[in-house]
Amino acid sequence: MIFLVDFLSAVVNGISMGAIYGLIALGLTLIFGIMRIINFAHGALLMLSMMVGYWIWKFSGVNPYLMIIVVAPIMFCFGYFVQRVFIKPVLDAQKDVREPIAVLLLTAALAIVFENLALMVFGADYVMAKTTVTDATIALGGITVSAARFYALILALVIAYAFYLFLQHTELGRRLRACGQDRNTALLMGIDGPKTFAIAFGIGTALLTVAAIVLLPFYYVHPTVGNVFMTKAFIVVVLGGLGSVPGALLGGIIIGLIESIGAQYMTATLTTVVVYLVFLLILFVKPSGLFGSRLEW
Amino acid sequence: MNMKLLSIKNLNSGYGDVKIIKNLSLEVNKGEVVSIVGANGAGKTTLLKTISGLIPATSGEIWFEDQRIDNLPPHKITELGIIHVPEGRRVFPFFTVYENLLIGSTMPRAQKERKKNLEYVFNLLPRLAERKNQVGSTLSGGEQQMLAIGRALMGMPRILMLDEPSLGLSPLLVQTIFELISTIAKEGITVLLVEQNVRQALKLSDRAYVLENGSISLEGTAEEISNNPDVKKAYLGL
Repeated sequence: MIFLVDFLSAVVNGISMGAIYGLIALGLTLIFGIMRIINFAHGALLMLSMMVGYWIWKFSGVNPYLMIIVVAPIMFCFGYFVQRVFIKPVLDAQKDVREPIAVLLLTAALAIVFENLALMVFGADYVMAKTTVTDATIALGGITVSAARFYALILALVIAYAFYLFLQHTELGRRLRACGQDRNTALLMGIDGPKTFAIAFGIGTALLTVAAIVLLPFYYVHPTVGNVFMTKAFIVVVLGGLGSVPGALLGGIIIGLIESIGAQYMTATLTTVVVYLVFLLILFVKPSGLFGSRLEW
Repeated sequence: MNMKLLSIKNLNSGYGDVKIIKNLSLEVNKGEVVSIVGANGAGKTTLLKTISGLIPATSGEIWFEDQRIDNLPPHKITELGIIHVPEGRRVFPFFTVYENLLIGSTMPRAQKERKKNLEYVFNLLPRLAERKNQVGSTLSGGEQQMLAIGRALMGMPRILMLDEPSLGLSPLLVQTIFELISTIAKEGITVLLVEQNVRQALKLSDRAYVLENGSISLEGTAEEISNNPDVKKAYLGL
């Protein structure tokens, strides 16, 4: 019985962490799907979102989840600005290249700049938004789960679903998908390409912010926290199928589950081995990822 | 009566260092159907792409009525009513027919009239109405071409530029597509048609230009062009 309880709470924790991975991967897959840019600065942008969220919470003291309303728009604008000011000139210079490598290097450079700026401004301390949520638990049937993780799961799923609806059913969502399917033809439809790209980068960054904020009450923030999630987001995106929205979420949950259940029965090192092993096995059977990387926007 | 709608003066353009369009000049009047005919690689597609702003003009001028458009971004050019149906149809493969038509009316001018235009397009192309919820990639070649034209009509073209609309279609469908173009022209929409199917293109055109190696080698009324001995020999196989 105790065995079952442990197992079930590991499952819930795994799904929760996995949904956060999925949310992070969603931004990565959106930016890749629409611009064909692999954004190496994604992890650093997550870290910045966490830092900004943490310090606003620290000085205002409001409920950390309310930070989403404040930080998401800030990070949307920041993402929009990064695309317009840094990425666009390089992208324009490589206009006829299908997957521009120079842009990829640029995002890697931006990641280093963001990390070191954060180190300079916020310092190297490990900080966490410790509130009443941090130690609270919720009873779900026979098992108890951490309240922070449970709220994270709910918020991640709600935001991912809202994002999906936005893509499918709004004018702007349709424009983003059109750019992802066929960039030149999208331009002929009267879509403002550079503006749409900047919006996509902004939305990718804003999605990241939601993940950052739900992590705050139970995850330590420091200038290189992004690296942990960056590697996982890459695995998740490739596992789910590059450019696939449901793939990102499912891939995230698979990785989260393996990590969480594995940790119950083996060492952390071995768990990581299992994560990569499952990753390799799935790619071995289905090289294009679970949902295929056909970029079906 | 001859109101100039589109005029191109000494245009040069191409890809990087490769010059494709060389010192080209042409004019399209309001209400006309003008064809540009020529062999593969003559620069027909590049010309249309330069007009719609996908490729920058390296020198020369493009005027639409009294506005110079050769430095405008593509979305500003479509907003003016210059609508380009690209070669190979380029229907959005994962959009339904309905979504493809909606995306065709992205520009603010056309968005306001969306409902009316949808009705018009479904009336003109009932096949599209039947396939409304079908995904673009599952349509046949002929249906895709109809959709590409329908999508362009959603943008309320003042000049419709068609790039090889008959490409890869069966003779029967080629007939259908040319009839469709002729119907659209009769409703008063100016058409700039690029075709390899010279005979069919000349049949429905008022005037034509022959494009060779990026420059105009011959121009005149459709009748003059079809009776020209060189054109007969080179393009009509007579």
